[in-house]
Amino acid sequence: MVPRILILGAVAVAVLASEASRAGEPPAPARPEKVVLLNVSYDPTRELYAEYDAAFARHWEAQTGQKVEIKQSHGGSGKQARAVIDGLEADVVTLALAWDVDALRREAELIPEGWQQRLPQNSAPYTSTIVFVVRKGNPKQIRDWGDLGREGVSVITPNPKTSGGARWNYLAAWHWALERPGGDEQKARDFIARLFGNVPVLDTGARGSTTTFAERNIGDVLIAWENEAFLLERDIARGKVEIVVPSSSILAEPPVAIVDRYVDKHGTREVAEAYLRYLYSDEGQEIVARHYYRPRSKRVMARHAEQFAKVKLFTIDQAFGGWEQAQRKHFDTGGVFDQLYESKR
Amino acid sequence: MTRRGVLPGFGLSLGISWLFLGLVVLLPLSGIFLRSFELGWGDFWRLISDPRTLAALRLSFGAALAAAVFDLFFGLLVAWVLARYRFPGRGLVDASVDLPFALPTAVAGLTLTALYAPSGLFGAAFGLLGIQVAFAPLGIVVAMAFVSLPFVVRTAQPVLEELDPALEEAAAVLGATRWQTFRKVILPNLLPALLTGFALALARAIGEYGSIVFISGNMPMRTEIAPLLIVTRLEQYDYAGATALALVMLVVAFVLLLAINLLQRWSRKRHGAHVL
Repeated sequence: MVPRILILGAVAVAVLASEASRAGEPPAPARPEKVVLLNVSYDPTRELYAEYDAAFARHWEAQTGQKVEIKQSHGGSGKQARAVIDGLEADVVTLALAWDVDALRREAELIPEGWQQRLPQNSAPYTSTIVFVVRKGNPKQIRDWGDLGREGVSVITPNPKTSGGARWNYLAAWHWALERPGGDEQKARDFIARLFGNVPVLDTGARGSTTTFAERNIGDVLIAWENEAFLLERDIARGKVEIVVPSSSILAEPPVAIVDRYVDKHGTREVAEAYLRYLYSDEGQEIVARHYYRPRSKRVMARHAEQFAKVKLFTIDQAFGGWEQAQRKHFDTGGVFDQLYESKR
Repeated sequence: MTRRGVLPGFGLSLGISWLFLGLVVLLPLSGIFLRSFELGWGDFWRLISDPRTLAALRLSFGAALAAAVFDLFFGLLVAWVLARYRFPGRGLVDASVDLPFALPTAVAGLTLTALYAPSGLFGAAFGLLGIQVAFAPLGIVVAMAFVSLPFVVRTAQPVLEELDPALEEAAAVLGATRWQTFRKVILPNLLPALLTGFALALARAIGEYGSIVFISGNMPMRTEIAPLLIVTRLEQYDYAGATALALVMLVVAFVLLLAINLLQRWSRKRHGAHVL
């Protein structure tokens, strides 16, 4: 039984709402005056979404008259996905890897199959890539991936088992070795083993590695997200480091998705979809580029062309047949990465 | 039937105790048991007999024991100084003992790493001696000892303060040396509290994660602690594997704590009768 007072309340609200919509100019769909979205994201997007959320709120209010407040949650990509699976009611997720977004489908059926085709370009409105950060003047003469396997070069990268970013690093290195003239699976394995043999500290996350490299002064080269590298070069370690772009690298496509079960529960599907779509707009793309992510829009990219070095980029689908396969082969328990350390004992 | 105790409300308070213990402690723990059964016996055995798992468990428990032993001596010293002497700044020292509790573990980890890294203040000094602290097992012991020190101090201090100096005077009058006084008069009174502090410090050190991942370097087979392996499993959405590892840690920790408890009971029985 529903208490009578609730029914009365609901009727009263409905009447008032219809009165209000009749009074207001555009009578179209009845929207509540204010709506709240929760965007569950990963660590380095903090500043990006702080700016984007404000821009979208302005845009949405101008277009519909509705106020929208966007709450942000940031953390390690995998940890954030687990939080949503365990009941954090995110309206949208904007994570580091498709593998983590897909976990919402695999583990809890919060989103349907084919979610990645719902938005343009694999649902990734911005991309990034993996570059090197070296000490000022590049004393160890690091030019390309091969130099990271050289003896006497100390490499800083986070642990691919715990960090999404580190998985991109690893896969970029692997694919470079595989694609070299005369490269094959065994040579790639050897190269990766040499590279990780040069890693003295495996931090659990990308920011941890940045700290180890920039603050503790450990290592000759840091393998990092391009946006994180810009942040180091222009801000945190200004004048002490420089960026080296390898001959080839991976096109990291951090995907975004609405979480169907929760937008339907909250009645926020329309605004959540608009929120993600606006990322692809000129204004959205401009904000993205300002935060050192590579925009998808050719026009915006042209405006920031000098910021982003030209690299031969490959996607994970081209090189590894998708996340699922890459994850299983390289990073799951007993995978190639684990074998590196098991054969060493 | 049963004889009524002097204190009223036994049934009620026991009932509430059980309820809370059940909800807050036993229910989550039984969840771990159930979840790890999803794994099946063969996989479970393969997981816990894996050399990497064994290395991590050895490191976690070994370092925790080392840290707890260090805290036992150093904590007793601090408690002794605080209980027995009056000196300027005593209040400050007393208050700062609890700081490791108040500090978020990540902050503790970052601070300790900054100090003990090869480029840091202490790290450079140790480096001259050829000892690596941060990014080596020793760094893990340092972090564990730091976060669990207050336990030993705070359990030993009140007992020392309560201990009547007349006992020591009597021992001296009867011709005991200082060492004999300490060993035969003070220590027996102190032992149960010290063991409690030791057990608490040990338990805290075993479970520590936040500060250690910064200072250890997390190298597989060398400086990878068991809680990190659990996080690693979670990261690949392997809940069953993660809980199975948790279960193993839980059982080993329980056995250790039980042993300390029995030791404590034994020491009470042995020494408790003839003093005070």
